[in-house]
Amino acid sequence: MARIIVITSGKGGVGKTTSAASLAMGLAQRGRRTAVIDFDVGLRNLDLIMGCERRVVYDFVNVINQEATLNQALIRDKRCDHLYVLPASQTRDKDALTREGVARVLDELAQGFEFIVCDSPAGIEHGALMAMYFADDALVVTNPEVSSVRDSDRMLGILSSKSKRAEEGAEPIREYLLLTRYDPLRVDQGDMLSVDDVKEILSLNLIGIIPESKAVLSASNAGIPVILDRDSDAGQAYADMVARYLGEDVPHRFLEAEKKGFLSRLFRG
Amino acid sequence: MVAYSSVSGSESPAAFELKAAGFTLPIFRLLASDMEAVADQLATRVGQAPDFFRNTPVVIDLGSFPEQGEAVEFPLLVGLLRGYGMIPFGVRGGDKAQQRAAEAMELAILGDSHSRPARAHPEPSADSGLDDEAGGANSLVISGPVRSGQRHYGARGDLSIIGPVSSGAELMADGNIHVYGALRGRALAGMKGNLEARIFCQDLRAELVAIAGHYRVSENIPSELQGMPVQIFLDQKILRIEKL
Ligand SMILES: Nc1ncnc2c1ncn2[C@@H]1O[C@H](COP(=O)(O)OP(=O)(O)O)[C@@H](O)[C@H]1O
Ligand SMILES: [Mg+2]
Repeated sequence: MARIIVITSGKGGVGKTTSAASLAMGLAQRGRRTAVIDFDVGLRNLDLIMGCERRVVYDFVNVINQEATLNQALIRDKRCDHLYVLPASQTRDKDALTREGVARVLDELAQGFEFIVCDSPAGIEHGALMAMYFADDALVVTNPEVSSVRDSDRMLGILSSKSKRAEEGAEPIREYLLLTRYDPLRVDQGDMLSVDDVKEILSLNLIGIIPESKAVLSASNAGIPVILDRDSDAGQAYADMVARYLGEDVPHRFLEAEKKGFLSRLFRG
Repeated sequence: MVAYSSVSGSESPAAFELKAAGFTLPIFRLLASDMEAVADQLATRVGQAPDFFRNTPVVIDLGSFPEQGEAVEFPLLVGLLRGYGMIPFGVRGGDKAQQRAAEAMELAILGDSHSRPARAHPEPSADSGLDDEAGGANSLVISGPVRSGQRHYGARGDLSIIGPVSSGAELMADGNIHVYGALRGRALAGMKGNLEARIFCQDLRAELVAIAGHYRVSENIPSELQGMPVQIFLDQKILRIEKL
């Protein structure tokens, strides 16, 4: 059976799509057949970050409405054979994501994939509820700020009551905390919450800490999941995250503010 | 099994009858979510005609509650109405979540003919140990964190949480509340007016604590008690917080 992983957060702009793209790519690169679905109907972001926006013919809503088959809509990644993208529709009709329709698409995907990564819109609007309803695992993406942590906490509450697993009384969704845009310098200055603060407030399994990094924006602009930028701190942090998701015991990195020595200042300009 | 025969067939005289009847009841139409505003205006209203409200059953109507999907602070609202002698007993209108919250406060859901909700249970949780049959007080035990937006109500007894309670979460109990973890949300014990109820927690960081309607917000909790293991109780109707 495929595992369905939802990438969710309380508010937007925290790094969900960035994380969904890197998680999916990371799993696929390890030889696991992975599909990544964009549930953010109307905003359509994932295909840009995956660099496949110019190959979109059909989308998720077309498949739900049976205007296209799943095979017609799935876009195979050019860099990795095991990775497929199901883009969101640009039509702004969020209600097109019916529960029956989503269930049918996920069932069909589960036949051929090991992991289904669902990139969710923020909050608890319809698309987000649809993305989380069928989840087996949830990555709650959080920035080290009080409001983001609070929103994540709220999402966790909703996850534990508004999912299929909760409704059926099955084993609950496995929840993981993914801390993104972590800036140790600002933590030291007291502008941001530390890892320990966030962990204490959310009491949740920490699956990764992604540093604030310029590499993310450059990668997104180039249509490359940042995990493919192996030289970057963010890329490495995402690779660690994938390893942890697959059960490997990898220590957390990028927790300390970089000591800006003379040489690094010279080279970074 | 013999069917229960009604009045006509039984030898002993009937002890009760069930009949349908219609009553005209005052409706408390909630128009805003801000309980402070409600409290203020209600105080003025009651001041004008205190007798009118005494022992008056009221129905809370959510039909005009503007914020779609917003939570109604039933514990505060019910406390407020009861405090003025009214007897809130039911809710009309509102969405599923609001109705669930109302049911958690043991309010009846009065059917708008079109929206009869399925019988909801206050927070399904596998490990809630209700032991009505045992004859003891009810106790509700929740293992794991209580998240922002979640609420648990220990009706007719104690509520124990084994885990942290986030800010934005709400605990209520007719009896005592025990939190084995940090209490960052709200805790309201003695919901039915039990002045003996207490709150115990390992790490006090609460937004609000209340016993039988006597409450204190975070701002009024002395800083030396923040982060401490404490018990909270009423002493001559004054809320006291004491280090454990
Ligand atoms: N680790 C990071 N460092 C720097 N910028 C980031 C990081 N993660 C995300 N961003 C930026 O934040 C913005 C929002 O990211 P995105 O993944 O689209 O968030 P969401 O899907 O949650 O709305 C984007 O501009 C992205 O480049
Ligand atoms: Mg996004």
